[in-house]
Amino acid sequence: MPAARTLFEKIWDEHAIEAPGAQTLLYIDLHLVHEVTSPQAFESLRLNGRGVRRPERTLATADHNVPTDPISTPVSDPVSRRQLEALEENCQEFGITVFPRGHENQGIVHVIGPELGVTQPGMTIVCGDSHTSTHGAFGALAFGIGTSEVEHVLATQTLPQQKAKSMAVTLEGSVRPGVSAKDIALAIVSHLGTGGGAGHVIEYRGAAIRELTMEGRMTVCNMSIEAGARAGLVAVDDSTIEYLRSRPSVPKGDEFESTAKRWRTFVSDDDAAFDAEIVMRSEDIVPSITWGTNPAQVVSLDGVIPSPDEFVDPDARSTTERSLAYMGLTPGTPVRSIPLDVVFIGSCTNSRIEDLRVAASLARGRHVADGVRALVVPGSHRVKRQAETEGLDRDFLDAGFEWREPGCSMCLGMNPDQLGPEMRCASTSNRNFEGRQGRGGRTHLVSPAVAAASAIMGRFASPEELA
Amino acid sequence: MKPVRVVEGRAVPLERSDVDTDQIIPSDWLKRVERTGFGRGLFSEWRDDPDFALNRPDYVGASVLIAGPRFGIGSSREHAVWALMDYGFEAVVAPSFGDIFVNNSSKQGLVIVVLTVSDVDELTELIKVDSSRLVVVDVDRQVVEVPEAGFQRRFEIDPMTRERLLNGWDDISLTLLREPAIEAFEATEEAPDLEGIFDDAGHVR
Repeated sequence: MPAARTLFEKIWDEHAIEAPGAQTLLYIDLHLVHEVTSPQAFESLRLNGRGVRRPERTLATADHNVPTDPISTPVSDPVSRRQLEALEENCQEFGITVFPRGHENQGIVHVIGPELGVTQPGMTIVCGDSHTSTHGAFGALAFGIGTSEVEHVLATQTLPQQKAKSMAVTLEGSVRPGVSAKDIALAIVSHLGTGGGAGHVIEYRGAAIRELTMEGRMTVCNMSIEAGARAGLVAVDDSTIEYLRSRPSVPKGDEFESTAKRWRTFVSDDDAAFDAEIVMRSEDIVPSITWGTNPAQVVSLDGVIPSPDEFVDPDARSTTERSLAYMGLTPGTPVRSIPLDVVFIGSCTNSRIEDLRVAASLARGRHVADGVRALVVPGSHRVKRQAETEGLDRDFLDAGFEWREPGCSMCLGMNPDQLGPEMRCASTSNRNFEGRQGRGGRTHLVSPAVAAASAIMGRFASPEELA
Repeated sequence: MKPVRVVEGRAVPLERSDVDTDQIIPSDWLKRVERTGFGRGLFSEWRDDPDFALNRPDYVGASVLIAGPRFGIGSSREHAVWALMDYGFEAVVAPSFGDIFVNNSSKQGLVIVVLTVSDVDELTELIKVDSSRLVVVDVDRQVVEVPEAGFQRRFEIDPMTRERLLNGWDDISLTLLREPAIEAFEATEEAPDLEGIFDDAGHVR
């Protein structure tokens, strides 16, 4: 009998072309491309007289840079405009399917892959973006790469890689009612720390993961990189198959059933051994926010801002002091008393239809607090159209939220959606780094439910507080 | 990529942990389509502070950066490596690094040196005492030294990255030598591709 293997090892073995020395040459099934990390790669191909080896395994979309103003408004920033044009020109030159700004399939690269069904179990997927880990929710080995690696995949459809170690993160039992996938993700990042997953591919396991929808699993896998892991995985099950069943890029009819049968093999064998195993109790996870400037700095919504004195390690103490100063926070302040300037609902972490449904249900019949700017940025045009079909746009607009066009938007502030200095934002995105959402801006990571409730209360709040 | 055997120069200690790639090069700089000129954007949100290490006159022209744990975490932007190198850094010494940053560095010839926390602290102190001290990072011998202070530590580097640095090999040329193996693999590859799914305008057929 063959040795028991983890899901990660199965995908790895199936894509290893040959292993010379310390690195394995890995075949890449799907290469997702966006405007920010690709122009220098295409330019280098041209300079070296190289082509794109497999354009039919490559798919491009505009996302990082696009304004979220109405599509009829031109891109005002000439540098952004040039980069968006370059993506279209490069894709045309090299024969790659591209979804430019305003295209019916355009959206955040990690939202459109799954919704179009191009993300499939057992695949190797790369993209010049660290949140490529999102696609691991489908039992695909998906990780972020830099521009040199983008060029390498364009030219060869392969990547020389050092095999990562495997880590099982098991969530025992179910989460309590009102605890979202985002709260699970924040709890895991807080538990592992920003470097805890370095060198590893994480497989998320246990009842709380099984009970998540595919969109919830994407939220958890998305933030793997925030714990230092390049990839996160969830084994294939009925939820995976049912999510994919009617997607545009999957086989139809009998062929789907036979494909699904193959997909179901992408699970870890019962006896497979992991290099590291972490076990967490799901019932301990509570609705949370980040208080600091790295995503492992997490506190319960019911808690208070921590003090540097709580940390023994001198490095952790000085990091805490620095984070508190940047965030303009005083230790001991109750989280729910902290007022907000901006609420951002969007990003590859939380901009899918289920996220918008949760937020809209709280916005319905209520109003955003005075002095708060609240933006809703759907993850893609498909998500936006679905939301509009369900009337969610009216719920948001009537409540005083902005309903914008799809893109990465305020998650990283490359487009005009940015925080000003010292503006405090509750954001459903993935990074609270200094300056991430705009120079001097103060980011707190939250779930869609907490974001919507906080927009209405004008301070951090949970749905139960809404009248 | 240019071969790198030895990096020799002065060093600058950053004395910060969890320096993410958004801090190394803010996203505003990512709109550019060029690969050069990112040095001006390096740590740009900190450069207004006159006390920031890179602004101190005695650290100008340093080629080795010394940082705290988990340097280069976060975004996959290779622009972070381009910015460090364009500014003049040829090596970074820290107790740990973000995985994608390490990969990106190896493609550009930026030397990554992992030392223990206490060794990084000791090196930091040596430079703070006398910023003119020469630091030597020897890729061939896998040692980092401050000859004047008798500091010498060995560092680990994977054999393939070491070979590539020493020879200045670029990955794509190496991989293209394995074309027959790639072709043989593709002949058996089962994963579906996008052929026939979208029309020329990108609409689902």
